Amino acid sequence: MSIDRREFLKTLGVAGASLSGAKALAKSTPEPDAQEFYAILHDITLCEGCQECEFACAAANNLPAPADDDFPDSAKKRLLKPDQYSVINAVETSVGEVYTKQQCMHCAQPACASACLTEAMKKTKEGPVTWTEGKCMGCRYCMISCPFDIPKFEFDDNNPKIGKCQMCFERLKQGEVPACVENCPADALTFGKRSDILREAHKRILDDPDSYVDHVYGEYEAGGTSWLNLSPVPFDELGFKTNLETKPYPDLTKGFLYSVPSVFILWPALLLGLREATRKEDKELEGGADHE
Amino acid sequence: MSEQILAENLAPKKSFWKFFASELKPRGKLFTIFNMISVPMVLLAAVIIVIRFIYGLSAVSNVTQSVPWGLWKGFNVVTGVAFAGGAYVLTFMVYILGMEKYKPLIRVTVLNGFLAYTFYAFALILDLGKPWNIINPIIGNSFGTSSILFLVAWHFMLYIVAQLIEFSPTIAEWLGSERARRNLKRLTIGAVVFGITLSTLHQSGLGALFLMAKGKIHPLWYSEFIPTLFFISSIFAGLSMVIFQGSILQKVFSYQLDQHSDERHDIMIRGLSRVCAIAMFAYFFLKIIDMVHNHTLGYLMSPMGAWYMVEMIGFVLIPMLLFVYGVRIGTPFIIKLASIMTLVGIVLNRMNVSVIAYRWDEIPRYIPTWMEWVVTVSILFVQVWIFRWVIHRMPVLRTMEAMTLSANKVIK
Repeated sequence: MSIDRREFLKTLGVAGASLSGAKALAKSTPEPDAQEFYAILHDITLCEGCQECEFACAAANNLPAPADDDFPDSAKKRLLKPDQYSVINAVETSVGEVYTKQQCMHCAQPACASACLTEAMKKTKEGPVTWTEGKCMGCRYCMISCPFDIPKFEFDDNNPKIGKCQMCFERLKQGEVPACVENCPADALTFGKRSDILREAHKRILDDPDSYVDHVYGEYEAGGTSWLNLSPVPFDELGFKTNLETKPYPDLTKGFLYSVPSVFILWPALLLGLREATRKEDKELEGGADHE
Repeated sequence: MSEQILAENLAPKKSFWKFFASELKPRGKLFTIFNMISVPMVLLAAVIIVIRFIYGLSAVSNVTQSVPWGLWKGFNVVTGVAFAGGAYVLTFMVYILGMEKYKPLIRVTVLNGFLAYTFYAFALILDLGKPWNIINPIIGNSFGTSSILFLVAWHFMLYIVAQLIEFSPTIAEWLGSERARRNLKRLTIGAVVFGITLSTLHQSGLGALFLMAKGKIHPLWYSEFIPTLFFISSIFAGLSMVIFQGSILQKVFSYQLDQHSDERHDIMIRGLSRVCAIAMFAYFFLKIIDMVHNHTLGYLMSPMGAWYMVEMIGFVLIPMLLFVYGVRIGTPFIIKLASIMTLVGIVLNRMNVSVIAYRWDEIPRYIPTWMEWVVTVSILFVQVWIFRWVIHRMPVLRTMEAMTLSANKVIK
């Protein structure tokens, strides 16, 4: 059977169209990506530093409540602790004192989870990054890897735990919102699907560009996080890390991990080949002992 | 001939356990300076370890929330593994490239590598918060396969097995079983190929552990080339250890060596020095390319930059030149000095990446407690004990033949 030129081109065109059509179809099926995770927005312009979220967090996670003399003060930086998952700090800025909230950022592709060799740290499909005690062996590689320095370790315990915000995963599963969001009296915290939260954040900036810097912290930081921040001043003024990668941190190890199977296949072949090439005729290598 | 002697002297006419029990008894003087220091030290370390498991890590260690890996991981694991790299380099040279002249070094180097890995695995367990859960990544109820540490841990375990197989013919000779020796010997080449592959991956993997700590390690030490740099430096770290250790063995166990061994040893050492110098040149060159590529030259003028230059010039460039010079004028002393400086340089580099330049901006700094030091040094001491025990009994430095001959001499 012969095929003329016109027929051939037509066939080609159909094949091409079907190929690109298939592609378009594939694109239209929604993939479970970072956009579908839950997220929380902290609007620093609204936060009053009342610590209600800290108390709610402590109650929800059975942790000790902050002491009476432990309140946000711009003179000292309060730190996350193994038994304190969320911390409010007062920061003196060019627009006066503002309050920042620090806790796990729940990255879309967390460094800690990719670092964990037992899957104790895990990104759930709902968004929270959770820690499972029964799996953890306490190697602290998650602490080495976390770009935000969030996981804290109970160094003073013989059966130590890693302490960090779990975005109230148990509450989420029961359809409730995280304890800090529920108890914020100033409406500084907003909870929802990440795409909705991002839209809301950008809307606030558009509606009132004078009150905000045009930057949603967490939209691109570390490849995108489930915790987003809006600020009246640039984030470096607040002490936020601004030297972070905009791609996910696990990407940094991908090249190495991809090379592993290649080395595993190629090295033995290469080594055995080299050995054959350099082999002596009298085969003394197998024969004698290691001594001459 | 040799089999006859073996059969007469060692063939287990006695039961294996009786033979083993008799071998357990210490030989040689008990009250040496080394023993007087090491025994109390190890006992003290045992107490510290008990305290660590009752009251938690902070009772004995100064590691902090921002610098979570201290001396035990930075020195015993990350540095120690580089020092044990000699085994894979030498097996490559002898079994793969057929460089027969280095064969006398194989057994002692593999033994040293095997002990080092075993003890560093022990150091790692001390440092784990929940060491009983170490079973999780092994039995497979939770495989974190995306983790570099998972890869390193598995390679670590498998390489210990590979080294044991490489060393096993020596054990068979010691037990006087010629058949076992012959069978185990057949496994050697497989273990060597497997071992070199594993070493390539976990030596570089130890560096890759720090790839995600971008921004937390000082830019002069952080590099996307860390895996390659760790791999190259493990070559000259391992060989420098072989050179350094060899010079000590020549002295301590001189009674086990014949009069030609000094001369032969010098020839081997000169060859290894050349390999060291070339590997160090590649390393130094890659570091410079990396610095230019990442635009980190500007940091050289800071205090951390000065510290970096101490490492790179004082303990890479200078020992590299000393190796070359030592080979040229043929002075073993210069070569020994170069190997010691290289080892110091490796300690500096590994400690810098994992502890010192890690969160270099953090105040207060992590400084190990005296208790961490005692445990670190004690682990080395116990390793030396076992090493000494093996060298005295097994045909590592000399043949079984020579061993039985000298034993008969003593009896007569």
